[in-house]
Amino acid sequence: MTLALFLQHLANALALGSLYALIAIGYTMVYGILRLINFAHGDVFMLGAYVAFYGAAMFLLPWWGTFLIAIVFTAALGVGLERVAYRPLRDSPRISVMISAIGASFLVENVAVVLFGGRPKGVTVPDVMNVKLQLGQVSLMSVSVVIPVFTFIILAALLWIVGKTKTGMAMRAVATDLDAARLQAIDVNRIISFTFGSGSLLAAFGGILWSYKYPQLNPLMGVMPGLKCFIAAVVGGIGNIQGAVLGGFLLGFVELMVIAFLPTLTGYRDAFAFVLLIVVLLVKPSGLLGSRQGEKV
Amino acid sequence: MKLARTHLLSLAAVAVLAAFLFVADTWFDAFTIRVMNLSAIYIVLALSLNLVNGFTGLFSLGHAGFMAVGAYTCALLTMSPEQKEANFFLAPIVPWLAHVTIPFVPALIAGGLVAALLGVLIGAPVLRLKDDYLAIATLGFGEIIRVVLTNTQTITNGALGLKGLPEFASTAAVWACAALAVLFMVALTRSSYGRAMKAVRDDEIAAGAMGVNVFRVKVVSFAASSFMAGVGGALLGHLLTTIDPKMFTFMLTFNILLVVVLGGIGSITGSVVAAIVVTIFMELLRFLDGPLNLLVFQTEGRPGLRMVVFSILLMAVVLFRQRGLMGNREFSWSMLSRAGLLPKSEKGKHGLA
Repeated sequence: MTLALFLQHLANALALGSLYALIAIGYTMVYGILRLINFAHGDVFMLGAYVAFYGAAMFLLPWWGTFLIAIVFTAALGVGLERVAYRPLRDSPRISVMISAIGASFLVENVAVVLFGGRPKGVTVPDVMNVKLQLGQVSLMSVSVVIPVFTFIILAALLWIVGKTKTGMAMRAVATDLDAARLQAIDVNRIISFTFGSGSLLAAFGGILWSYKYPQLNPLMGVMPGLKCFIAAVVGGIGNIQGAVLGGFLLGFVELMVIAFLPTLTGYRDAFAFVLLIVVLLVKPSGLLGSRQGEKV
Repeated sequence: MKLARTHLLSLAAVAVLAAFLFVADTWFDAFTIRVMNLSAIYIVLALSLNLVNGFTGLFSLGHAGFMAVGAYTCALLTMSPEQKEANFFLAPIVPWLAHVTIPFVPALIAGGLVAALLGVLIGAPVLRLKDDYLAIATLGFGEIIRVVLTNTQTITNGALGLKGLPEFASTAAVWACAALAVLFMVALTRSSYGRAMKAVRDDEIAAGAMGVNVFRVKVVSFAASSFMAGVGGALLGHLLTTIDPKMFTFMLTFNILLVVVLGGIGSITGSVVAAIVVTIFMELLRFLDGPLNLLVFQTEGRPGLRMVVFSILLMAVVLFRQRGLMGNREFSWSMLSRAGLLPKSEKGKHGLA
């Protein structure tokens, strides 16, 4: 393999890893607070891409306009989902909550099949994202540069919110101990809604950028990335935002590099993430950056 | 009188059911029989998922994978060499499989055993995980199995799947399997192993402290469940006479999960009833996918509406009636006498059926 080819793969892996990271953050934030796998997160990602698609195709919005409506829509959806499907079950056994999450995910997918049709839709990529850049021997679409840049800006903003603001402090408190946080007069429900809203917003970003990089939409497009990004969150240490980002990048790199170096394994691509998950869970169950939590008896 | 009244009633019920199936098999049209047999297969599958999820408390989502393994094993063992040659036109089948043809029953058992073996291999590392991690890891293995099946062209014919499986899944065969599955589950839940499983479900640490080998109980439960899933998958393959890897996605596991949740997690009766009801409704509601005439406005065909209804149903059950149809209770004849539908037996309330 030549250096140029390697750099080409590296650039692609960086873009894919960034997209994984964006989605994984949503999983990790929700899991950190509610100990819940939000199965519907991958479908929120899908809806974000569809809303942007229809915004551009039917209302002829500019690309930043489609981002805005997609963000508003998915944030509302995330908050609504929590209100309807998860909040009534907050004190139920975890198996019930998980079934509810799976049900919500299938509901969103099937509604999308009914509304948008099962046939894949081709996305028109905005011109800004479609400029061909030539860096030495590596040629890139500008979207592959935009994606990591976007991801880092969003990540910085998110870390600032979680680390420096009062809402962020409340989020950390709720994640540490929900009941104790309530005793400190923290409006737990508001914080949880905020978490779902911001997680869904990131998923929408991820979905739209994904549809610029891989310009085809179908109602089940969120399933595989959703599962993989949950895995990325687990690999990085669930509940930890930096961990989710690390896991996302790691997964993106593993996926593209294995294919690049061992092309015979291309058909097995979707299995890599699960193999990685099982190895990490067996070797270091708390993930790369996670802190070990003892079990209370 | 040695034979208790409840035993007589049970025998009578089985006889009536067998007679009904015999009559139905001769008189009903092909479609009705197919739906009927499909519900028997769903009984096997629902019981298999209920065994791990309901009785042992392990939330496993990889069932479609075990079904696929059972279906492929059984199909490859029963298909005639000519049929295999016709299927494998892209790449020839591996020689050691090309000329094997064995009868249905041994092939079915082989399908179950291969699935169970895989269950042990997967279970040994994965069952150390808990709750959500277990769910995701089993889901992952289910997907890995599917990906492997898609890519092993010379053994499974890859994405093309297998067509023209012999139609061995007769009414007698599938309902015999369903009956065996029910009997096995009833016997299991009353055995010491079944009690150990429930103990593990209710409190793992307490069960361990009482001397239950928690890990072994989990692996055995997982293997038994995989065996049943493999048999169920094999039956499904021979009923539909065609299988391909796309059939065994997470969607299939979801359908079975729907049955288990609706019936009541941890109830054999619930799973049996829900399997029949859900299968029938899945067919009855097919009209939803076609054009609808809703008085005021008319819709053209919207494929997918049926699954929307089922997703809403699942969510409604989880949100408003978490225990499902039966909770974790079982049917018994004394239940009917208490409801006044049967005269009370002399032994009165002591009869536990």
